[in-house]
Amino acid sequence: MTTRTINGCPIRFDSEGYLENLADWTPGVAEVLAQEESLVLTEAHWEVLNLLREFYRQYEHSPAMRPLVKAVGQSLGKDKGRSIYLMQLFPGSPAKVAARLAGLPKPDNCL
Amino acid sequence: MILHTLNQGPGNPALLENCLTAMTATDTLLLIEDGIYWSLPAYADTLARVPGRVQALESDLTARGIKTALTTVDDTGFVELTINHDKVVSWF
Amino acid sequence: MSTHRFLVMTRSAPYGTSAARDALETALTCSVFEQPVTLLFLDDGVFQLLKGQAPASIEQKNLNAMQQSLPLYDIERLYVSKRALELRGLSAADLILPVELIDDAALPALLAQHDTVLSI
Repeated sequence: MTTRTINGCPIRFDSEGYLENLADWTPGVAEVLAQEESLVLTEAHWEVLNLLREFYRQYEHSPAMRPLVKAVGQSLGKDKGRSIYLMQLFPGSPAKVAARLAGLPKPDNCL
Repeated sequence: MILHTLNQGPGNPALLENCLTAMTATDTLLLIEDGIYWSLPAYADTLARVPGRVQALESDLTARGIKTALTTVDDTGFVELTINHDKVVSWF
Repeated sequence: MSTHRFLVMTRSAPYGTSAARDALETALTCSVFEQPVTLLFLDDGVFQLLKGQAPASIEQKNLNAMQQSLPLYDIERLYVSKRALELRGLSAADLILPVELIDDAALPALLAQHDTVLSI
């Protein structure tokens, strides 16, 4: 566990870089974490991050890739509900990267 | 005066039967954890056979979405029951 | 990846032990590996699906929340023992998700339809 100061606020992270406390999250935190992944957050990123936070609020866990793709398809349209689209936005492992930027715990069951 | 606590539901009827066999009219049965499912109306006949008083723990009822006509106790009430009885017997 | 049909059979009430959550997480894991999975609720396991749970009172997470994500994991085959439900004075209307009620007589065929049966 590490504590870092982001935008003047001390924020605790677990050993894998996920926020310890969901309430510490702000959009500014997401921006800083995104920079470290060499990402610039656009409108397209934000709609996925907001959807993820809503998913977590409703279902009390971070989704693995399959339900994430399905939830994106249902809320943001079929052409966005595809793995390739999410891979382009959040390269590597979209479910893990996006959960981290959204301030959520690491998804269980993630390949 | 004994306080009996029972923490398993109708899936384990033998546990409640054992408890009933060991109870007397001056004892109290407190349903806790999964034991609170015995307070459903479907088991009214079974609970009618309890020789003493029957109560259920509020936080466990709330957690599981069960409403009951039984007397309920909160955590403080649980502590009071343990103090007001000579001993506590746990059925688990 | 070849498919393997899993049946997750769950017989425990929620919260008293971790069994109910373990069963649900096992089902989600099967789905993540793109294997078809069916859930079967028997005995006190039917209590897992009751509406109106509020386990914050015992500092646990609400199982209902995770259950409601099952359709997003494409887990749509949920069977509930008709007898277990009736014995407890409950009906399908008391449950958080649409389920199929199954008679005892149909259980052997349900088990036979699956490659692996996990009893949790």
